[in-house]
Amino acid sequence: MIRILANRMRIWLVAGLVVSSVVLSGSFINAAQAQKGPIKVGFSMALTGALAGGGKQALEAMKIWRDDINAKGGMLGRQVDLVYYDDQTNPKNVPGIYAKLLDVDKVDFIVSGYGTNLIAPAMPVAIDREVVFMGLFGMNNNKKWKYEKYFQILPAGPDPAVGFSSNWFEAIKSFKPKTIALVAADAEFARNLKEGAVTNAKRMGLEIVYNKNYPPKTADFTPIVRAVNAKKPDIFYIASYPNGSAGIVRALAEVGSDAKAIGGGMVGLQFAGIMAGLGPNLNGILNYDFYVPEPTMAIYPGSSELIKRYQEKVKTEGLKTDALGYYLVPWAYAYVDILGQAVNAVGKIDHDAIAEYIHKTKFTTVVGDVEFGDNGEWTESRTIVVQYQGIKNNDLGQFAKPGTRKIMLPEDIKTGDVQPFNALR
Amino acid sequence: MDFLELLINALIAGVLLGGFFAALSIGLSICFGLLDTVNLAHPTLIVAAAFCTFLLNDVFGLDPILAGVLITPVFFVIGLVIYTAYYQFFEKNSAEALRGLAFFFGLLFITEVILIMVFGVDHRLVNAAYIGKSMGMSLGTIDVSIPYRLLVAFAVAAIMTLGLQMFLDRSFFGRATRAVHQDMMALSLMGVDPVAIKRIAFAIGLGTCGLAGALMIVVIPIEPAVGRLFIGNVFAIVVLGGLGSISGTLIAAMILGIAESVVSTFFGPSWAPAVSFGILLGVLAFRPTGLLGVGDTR
Amino acid sequence: MIGRYKFEIGCILVLALAFLATQAEFNRFYYFAGFAILQYVMIATAWNILGGYGGYINFGTAGFLGVGSYVAIGLIEWGDAAIVWQVVAAAVVAGLLGLFIGYFTLRLKGVYFAIATLALAIVLETIVNNWDFVGGAAGISILPPRKPELLGILIVDRKGDGIFSNSKEFLFFLMAAMAIFSVWVARTVERGKLGRGLNAIKDNEEAAECMGVPTLRLKLIATTLSGALMGAAGGIFPSYMTFVDPPTAFNLEFAVNSLAMPMIGGTFTWLGPVVGAVLLGTVQQIAIVTISSELNLLILGVLLVIFVTVAPHGIVGWFMKKNK
Repeated sequence: MIRILANRMRIWLVAGLVVSSVVLSGSFINAAQAQKGPIKVGFSMALTGALAGGGKQALEAMKIWRDDINAKGGMLGRQVDLVYYDDQTNPKNVPGIYAKLLDVDKVDFIVSGYGTNLIAPAMPVAIDREVVFMGLFGMNNNKKWKYEKYFQILPAGPDPAVGFSSNWFEAIKSFKPKTIALVAADAEFARNLKEGAVTNAKRMGLEIVYNKNYPPKTADFTPIVRAVNAKKPDIFYIASYPNGSAGIVRALAEVGSDAKAIGGGMVGLQFAGIMAGLGPNLNGILNYDFYVPEPTMAIYPGSSELIKRYQEKVKTEGLKTDALGYYLVPWAYAYVDILGQAVNAVGKIDHDAIAEYIHKTKFTTVVGDVEFGDNGEWTESRTIVVQYQGIKNNDLGQFAKPGTRKIMLPEDIKTGDVQPFNALR
Repeated sequence: MDFLELLINALIAGVLLGGFFAALSIGLSICFGLLDTVNLAHPTLIVAAAFCTFLLNDVFGLDPILAGVLITPVFFVIGLVIYTAYYQFFEKNSAEALRGLAFFFGLLFITEVILIMVFGVDHRLVNAAYIGKSMGMSLGTIDVSIPYRLLVAFAVAAIMTLGLQMFLDRSFFGRATRAVHQDMMALSLMGVDPVAIKRIAFAIGLGTCGLAGALMIVVIPIEPAVGRLFIGNVFAIVVLGGLGSISGTLIAAMILGIAESVVSTFFGPSWAPAVSFGILLGVLAFRPTGLLGVGDTR
Repeated sequence: MIGRYKFEIGCILVLALAFLATQAEFNRFYYFAGFAILQYVMIATAWNILGGYGGYINFGTAGFLGVGSYVAIGLIEWGDAAIVWQVVAAAVVAGLLGLFIGYFTLRLKGVYFAIATLALAIVLETIVNNWDFVGGAAGISILPPRKPELLGILIVDRKGDGIFSNSKEFLFFLMAAMAIFSVWVARTVERGKLGRGLNAIKDNEEAAECMGVPTLRLKLIATTLSGALMGAAGGIFPSYMTFVDPPTAFNLEFAVNSLAMPMIGGTFTWLGPVVGAVLLGTVQQIAIVTISSELNLLILGVLLVIFVTVAPHGIVGWFMKKNK
C-alpha cells in the first residue's frame, strides 16, 4: 500500500516538475527578437551586495550615455538599448548572465560589470564567442588570457597593479623616505594594489618594515595602526575597501601617526557618504582618485557637465545612489562611449574590425584622451594623487567644490603641493 | 613604542572591542541561549537599528546612543511580533530547530531587502563628539590611548549586560525565564503561561538590537549587508560562553576581542579569524557546553 | 530482475538524456543554468545524508566546497591535472576533512555541531586567504585546457572531432553524472543499514546506542560521505568559473541553499533534496535574469518563510499527505 502511495506521489511530482520547468523556460523564449530592432548592449552589474554602491552609480551613467547616443542618432543609425542583470556581486552568477545575454537576448555587444572578480568569470564567455569586451575597473584581468578584443577603462597603465600607485610613489619622493609600512584588505583588488605598491617601494629602495593584511570583518583598526606606528615608518601605504578605509581613517585620528604620507589605495574615501561621515578626520590623507572637482580637470572635456547631469538625476529621480558620483560616473560613461564611437566608425557589427579599430585609435571621451595597449589596458597611467585638506565639518557640499581634494600629480593638472600628514591635521 | 606598551594597548583595545562584541551578542544569548530560537537575523536586525540611528542622527541631530535608547522599544515590539509568528508556526507543533533556522534565514533576507529599498546601498556613518578622538593616559613610562568611541561602546555594553544579568537573576520574570529553559511543565503547574514568558523574553533579547545598533554605527560604517559578517562572531560568542549564560557571553566576547586585538598587533590581522574560531573549535572539542554552560549539549 | 534495478536504469536514462542535451547544441545559457542547478542537486543531496537522515545540521557547507575548489586549484597550479583527477582529489580531501570533523566533534550535538562546522569554514577560509600559492585573497584565474583528453580520448574540440564541441557542455555533462551518482549514493544509504542507523540516531541517539547501533561509526561514515560529495561538487567549480577567490568559494549562499533546498523538498527521502534543489535552483536562476534587483533576495526570503510554515515536511511530505 505504501509502495503504491509512494509511486503515485512520485508521478505527481515528476509531472509537476516537468510542467513547471516548461512554463518557466517559456518565459525565456519571447526574448528572441528580430534583427532590425535596436542595437542591444548587454552587461551584468552589481546592483545588490558589497559592490552595489559602485554598480548603481555606473548603471546611471550608462543610462545617461544611452540617452545621449540615441539623441545623436544611435549606433549604426539604430537606437541603443541597455540589457542588464544584477549579478548580486557574486561572481558565480556572471557566466550564466553573459550566456543569457548572448544566446537568449541576442545582444549585439557585451560590456563588463564593475570590478575585477566580476569581470573575470565573463572573460571565457567573451573569448569563446570572439566578441569585443569592454571592462570597467578590472585589475589586470587579461594577464593570463591575452585576449585581443578586451579593453579596460581603469587608467592604471600597461602594468595596472604597478601603474596604479606609480604616481603616488612619485608624489612622496619629496619626503626623501627610507622606510614604508603596507596594509591591505584581504580582497582581490586591495591585494593586487599592495603587490604593485611593493614593487614601486622596492624600485625606490625603501625598506619594508611592515607588510600585513586585514580581514573584511575587522571592527577595530587601532591595533593595526599602533603596530604600524611601533615600526616608525616614513610612509604608510594602505590598500583598503570602504569599511576598512573609514575604520583606518578613524583609528588614525584616535591614535595618530608620525608617518609623513598616509593612504595610497584607499577605496571608499571617494564616496559621498563616507567623505561626509569622516569629515575633518580626512585631512592630510594622500590617496588615489580618478576625478575631483578641481578647475584643472577641464582637460576631461564634458566631464563636469556629465557629473552635474548625474547629480541632477539623483536629486530629481530620488535615486538612492552616490550623491556626487565622481568616482565612477565619467568612467562608466566612457567605456560604453568608446564602444559606441568605434562601432559607428567601423560602420558595421564586425567584432574583429571593431577591436582592430579600438587598438589603433586615440579616443576623446569624458575622461580625456584614451589609448589602449596590446593587453587592452591604457598605454599610460593617469591615476590622480590627491591630498585631503581644509575640511572643516561634515557637510557634503564642501566636497563638491574645489579645494578639499587638491591634485598633487600628474603635473599637467596639479593644483597643490604635497605636505606631511601631520602638517594638515 | 616597546613591546610592553604595545601589549598593554592591545589588551585594552581587546577588552573594549570585547565590550562591543558583547553588545552584539547579548540579545542573542537570551533568544538563542535561553529560548532555543536560532535567530540568524539578529545581526541584520542590529544593522536595521543602526540605520534607524543614522536617520535620527541625520535628520534630528540626536546623539546616536540617545537614538539607540529611543528605538529600543520599537525593537521590543518587533520582537513580540516575530516571536508570536514563530510560535504559531514552529514551536506550537514542536517542529525541528532546522525549520526555525530556515525561517530566520528568510527573515534575514527580507530585512536586508527592506534596508536596501529604504536606505540604499551606500555606507553610512554618524558623528558625535566622542567619535574620532581618544583619551590619552600615562601609566608610568607607558602611554595608553583609548578611543572614546570604543569606550562608549564598552560602557553601554557593560551596563546592558549587568542590567540583564541582574534582571534575570533577581526578578520573578527573570527566574521564570530561566525556568522556561529548564522545566516548562513545572512552570505551567505554577499557573504561569510559559509562552507569554518566552514571548516577552524574546522581545527583550530583540530589544537589545536597538542599543546594539546604535553602538554598531558608532564603531563601524554600516551598509545593509554588513550584518552577515557578524553572524559567525555572535553565534561563536554565545556558544563559547555557554548557552543561557549572560556572564559567559560577556567573558567569551572579551576573549574574542582580546584574541583579535593581540593577534592583529603581533601576528598580523589576517590571521585573527582563524585564531578566534580556532579557540571556539578547541573549547567545543574539550568542553562541549562552552565555558560557563550547564546541562546537556542538545 | 528489471524491477530490482529500476532506479539504476532510470539513472542511466537520465544521464543519457543529459548527454543528448549536450549534443543538441541548445542555447548555451541552458548549460550554464543547468550546471548551477545540478551543482545544487549534488550539494543538497550530500548535505541531506548527514542533515536529513542523521539530524546533524552542517552549517559549514561552504567550507567543504571551498576545500574542494582549492584542492582543484592547487592541482591545476601544481601540474595541470585533468579535471577528473581534480574532482577525485577534491572528494578525497574533503572526505578526510569530513572524517576529521566527525571525529573532532563527535561529542557535539544539535546547534553545537552546526556552530562548529561554521567555525571550521571560517578557519579554512582564513587559511586560504593567506595561502598565496593558490592566489590567496587576490583570487586566481585558471585557463581551461583547449583540448582536454582523457585516457587518450579527445573530450572537447571546437571543430567537432571530440565528444563535446564546447567545454561548457562537457562540464554540464560531468556535473550531471556527478549529481546522479550522488543521488544514487543517497538512495542507497537511505535504504541500507546506514540510513536506518542514522534515522535511529536522529530520533534518539542514546536509545540507538543502547539498542546496539554503532552510532560513532555510522556518524563518521556519514560525515565522510557527505563531505566527499560536497568536495567533489566544489572540485569542478574552478573549471566552471575560471576565476576563484575565497569569498566566491566560501560563499554564505552555499550554506543557505544547502539547508533550504532539502527542507523545501523534504529531508526524509532522497527525492526531497532533488525536488528542492531543482525548484529553488530554477527559481533563482530565472530570478537573476528576469527580476534582477534586490527583489531577488526578497523572493528567496519569502519563499523560505512560506515553505517552512505551510509545508512543514517539505513538498514531498505534502504530496504524501495529500495522497493518503
